[in-house]
Amino acid sequence: MPELVKAENLVKHFPVAAGRVHAVDDVSFSIMEGETLGLVGESGCGKSTTGRLLVRLIEATSGRILYRGRDIASMNGRELRQARRQVQIIFQDPFSSLDPRKCIGETIGKPLEIFGVGSGREREGMVDVLMEKVGLSPRLYYKYPHELDGGRRQRVGIARALSLSPDFIVCDEPVSSLDVSIQAQILNLLQELQEREKLTYLFVSHDLSVVKHISNRIAVMYLGKIVESASSPDLFHDTLHPYSQALLAAVPIPKLNRRRERIILEGGVPSPIAPPPGCRFHTRCPQRMDICASEEPRLVDAGGGHLVACHRVFGA
Amino acid sequence: MNGPLLEVSDLSVVYRTYEGTVAAVNGLGFSLHRGRTLGLVGESGAGKTTTALSIMGLVPSPPGVVESGRIIFDGQDLLRLPEREMKRIRGNRISMIFQDPMTSLNPVLTVGLQISEALAAHQDLSEAEAERRAAEMLERVQIPAARYREYPHEFSGGMRQRVVIAMALACNPSLIIADEPTTALDVTIQAQVLELMKSLKEEFATSMIMITHDLGVVGEVCDNVAVMYAGRIVETGSLEQVFSDALHPYTRGLFRCIPDIEEELSVIRPIEGLMPEPLDLPSGCAFHPRCPRCMEICRTRVPEAIERDGHGVMCHLFSEGGGGDHA
Amino acid sequence: MNSAGRSYSTLAACGVAGEKRRSPWWEVWRRLRRNRAALVGMGVIIMLVMVAILAPVLTPYDPNKTDMKARLQRPSLSHPLGTDNFGRDMFSRVLYGSRISLYVGFVAVGIGAIFGGVLGAVGGYYGGRLDNFIMRCMDVLLAIPQIILAIAIVGALGTSLVNLMIAVGISQLPRYARVVRASALTVRGQEFVEAARAVGARDVRIIVENILPNCMAPIIVQSTLGVAQAILSAAALSFLGLGIQPPTPEWGSMLSAGRQFLRQAPYLSFFPGLAISIVVLALNIFGDGLRDSLDPKLRQ
Repeated sequence: MPELVKAENLVKHFPVAAGRVHAVDDVSFSIMEGETLGLVGESGCGKSTTGRLLVRLIEATSGRILYRGRDIASMNGRELRQARRQVQIIFQDPFSSLDPRKCIGETIGKPLEIFGVGSGREREGMVDVLMEKVGLSPRLYYKYPHELDGGRRQRVGIARALSLSPDFIVCDEPVSSLDVSIQAQILNLLQELQEREKLTYLFVSHDLSVVKHISNRIAVMYLGKIVESASSPDLFHDTLHPYSQALLAAVPIPKLNRRRERIILEGGVPSPIAPPPGCRFHTRCPQRMDICASEEPRLVDAGGGHLVACHRVFGA
Repeated sequence: MNGPLLEVSDLSVVYRTYEGTVAAVNGLGFSLHRGRTLGLVGESGAGKTTTALSIMGLVPSPPGVVESGRIIFDGQDLLRLPEREMKRIRGNRISMIFQDPMTSLNPVLTVGLQISEALAAHQDLSEAEAERRAAEMLERVQIPAARYREYPHEFSGGMRQRVVIAMALACNPSLIIADEPTTALDVTIQAQVLELMKSLKEEFATSMIMITHDLGVVGEVCDNVAVMYAGRIVETGSLEQVFSDALHPYTRGLFRCIPDIEEELSVIRPIEGLMPEPLDLPSGCAFHPRCPRCMEICRTRVPEAIERDGHGVMCHLFSEGGGGDHA
Repeated sequence: MNSAGRSYSTLAACGVAGEKRRSPWWEVWRRLRRNRAALVGMGVIIMLVMVAILAPVLTPYDPNKTDMKARLQRPSLSHPLGTDNFGRDMFSRVLYGSRISLYVGFVAVGIGAIFGGVLGAVGGYYGGRLDNFIMRCMDVLLAIPQIILAIAIVGALGTSLVNLMIAVGISQLPRYARVVRASALTVRGQEFVEAARAVGARDVRIIVENILPNCMAPIIVQSTLGVAQAILSAAALSFLGLGIQPPTPEWGSMLSAGRQFLRQAPYLSFFPGLAISIVVLALNIFGDGLRDSLDPKLRQ
C-alpha cells in the first residue's frame, strides 16, 4: 500500500494571554492508502487540532503535511482549493456542523456548486444519489437540519464530505454525540463507504472501543504528543506506554466480572500552556523514573513498527 | 425499615407542547432497596431524566404534567406531598448530581460556601459548624480543604464534579440520583470519579439511581439495571441477569451495538431504524418497528410486564403463547 | 427530553410533506401567513405605500395651497384633519407627507443596515485587527450624538433629499454593525462555517451565504425600529433647515411645526404623530413575524 498522507513534525501553538498553548508539538505519522488511522486521546491532547491541521482548517505553526507527496501546508490559494476536493472532514457535532438556515439538499450540494460541477438541475440529481449513498431518503431534500435526528444529520455531514469524491477524510469524533444504537449505524456506514469508495480515514476519537473497532492502526496522543502508535491488535495486546495502559484500563466494559486491574491515574492533565519538562506524562505516571522529569523520550520503534515514547520501555 | 426505600408505580408523565402531547414516561414502575444502586439505562428520549425529575418533584410545569402514579419514598408518596414538605426532602434526603458540573455550580460563589449553604439550608447548624463540615466534605472527595475558598472555574472538570458530589452528599441523603455524572468527563477522570462514587456510596450507606446511556458504566457501579425505551422499562433485573441473559430484543440489540474492545475483530450489529418519535409513538410495543423479532401481536398490543425471579421483561416473545425461547 | 421532543417534532410530518419540493421562499410565506399579527402589520404597510403612491388621487386639496381665510380650523367635514396656520388642508398634507417620510425612512435604514451589516459581519468573521479597527470607527460614530452627526454630514455634503438619507443612514450605521458583529462572532465559531471552508468556499461566499443569513434576526428587529427613528431624525434635520425644505409636506416637520400651536390646535401635531406611530407599530409587528418565519427552527 502506498503512503497517502504523511505528517512531518507538525507543530501548532496557539498564542493566548498567558503564553502559548502547545496544542500539537512535533507530531509525525503517515497513513497508507485505504487504511484507517485512529487518533485517540483525552480532551485537550491535540487530536482534533491535528485533524484540522491535516485539512488546513487551521494553519500549522511549522511542519509539513504531505498528500501524495505534495505539501499541503505550503500550498497557495488555488492549489489548496483543488486539494480540498480530495481531502475532506466530517465533524463531531451534527447540530452545529449544518447551517440551520439551509435545507439539507442545499448543504450537500454546496461543495458541487462551489466547484462549479454540473448545472443546477444536474447537481440536484447528484445530491439525490449522494443522499441514497448515505442512507437518506431523497424525499428529505428540503428538510432543515433541526427537523432531523442526530443520526440523520450526521449522514448529511457525511454526504457533504463525499460530494467531491475525496480520497481522504478526517473523521473528527463523528459518532461521539450520537446514541449507541445510532452510533453503530454510522460506524457501519463509514466502513461500507470506505470499502465502496476506496477511502482513507483519519479517525479522531476519545472512545477507545470505537477507535479499535474501526482502525487498522492507532496512535495515542497525550498533551500534544504521540506517545504510542501501533497496529490495532498490537496496541491492545501489547500495550507499552503507561498512559495507553491507563487509558485502556479506564474504559468501562459492559460485561460481567470483567474487573481488570484498575490503574487510577492521579490528578488531571497538566496545562498545555506550560507542559511538564521531560516526558509530559511523568507527573501522573505510575511508573516514572528520575530520568523522566528531565529528558524527553523519543518515539522509537520497539519492534515491528510499534512506536513508543517511554524511557521505561527501553530501560534507559 | 424493611421494604424498598423507593417504590415507583404506574408513573406517567406527559409534556403538553404546541405540537401535541409527548408521553415521556408511560406507566413506569420499579423499586430500589436500601444501599443498592439501580442503573437506569436508555438512549436519548427514553424518559430517564424525566423519571429522575419526577422523583425530585422537579418536572418543569408547564409543559410537564405528572398524570398518574405513586412515588413512595420511605413510606411517603412524594407526588402527594405539598411543595413545602418536598423542599425539605430535596437536597436533604434525596439529592441529585447533574451531568454538567459547570452549570450545576454557581460560578460567583466559592465551592466551600456552596457546600456549606447546602448544609445550612437543611440542617440547623451554626455558620462555623457548617463551614467545618463543608471542609470535611471536600476532603472526603479528595480535594484539599485548603481550596475551600476557590471558585469553580479554578477546578478541572473532574474536580468540579467531585465538588458537586460533595454537595450532594453533604446532608447525608438516603437517595442520590446521578444523571449521567461522568458523561462529560474523560475516561481516566471518569474512572477516578466512578471509583470515588462507589466508595462514598458504601461509606455513607446511600442508595443510588445511576442514569446513564453507557452500559459499561452500569457494569462498573450498579447492582440492578432497568432498561428504558420510549418511556417504559422494557427489561429489569439484577446486573447479572440483564448482562448475562438479556431477554428483550432491545437490550440484546444495545449490547450488540457496542464495539467489543476485548475481541480481535469486533462485529457490531446496529439496531435498524430511527429513534421513536415521541409525539407519535408506534402502536403496540413501541420497539416493534425496529425489532428483528417483531410478531403480528407486537403491532397492536402493548406487552405486559412479565417477571421471573426478579428478572422482568416487557415483550410478547415471553408472554404465554409467545415464543419463550430466547435464542 | 425536551430538546429531543423538539428535534423530533416535525419528523412525523415529513413522510407526507416531504414528497414535494418547495422553494424556501414559499416556506417563509407559508409560515408568515399563519401569523395573524404580522399579516395585519404587512397589510398596514402595503396600505400606507399605496396611499403614498396614490396621494394625488386621494387628496381633496393641493397640500401646499394656502388659504388665509381658513387658518387653524378644527377637523370638519370639509377638512377632515383640520387646517394649519397657513390654512393648508392637513389631510392632504399627511397623505402627501407619507411619500417623503416613508421614502426617507426606508432608504436611510437600507443604507444603514446594508453597510452596517456588512461591516459588522466582516469584523465579526475576521476578528483581530480588522475587527478592532471597524468597531473603533463605529464607536467614534456612536459617541457623536446621532443628530449632530447627521447635521455634520448634511453640512458637508450639502442640503438635498439624497444627502439627508445618506446622513441619516450613516448615523444609524454603527448600531447595525454592532448587533451583526455580535451574532457573527457566535456564528463564526460554529462548525458549519468550518465545514464551508473545508469544501473550499471563499470568505466572501461564507459571509454572504452563511454568516449574514444567520444574523438576520437582529438586523430585522433593528431595522423596524430604525425606520421610525430615521423618520424622526429626518424631521429634526428638516426642522433645522437641513433636510426637506418647507413647504414640502413631511411628517416630521409637520409634527414640529405644530408644536407652536399645541394649545389652540393640538391636532396639528397629533395626526402626523399618529401617522408615524402607525408606521412604527406596523413595521414592528411585521418585523417580528418576518424574523420568526425566516427562522426554519420556529416552523410549526
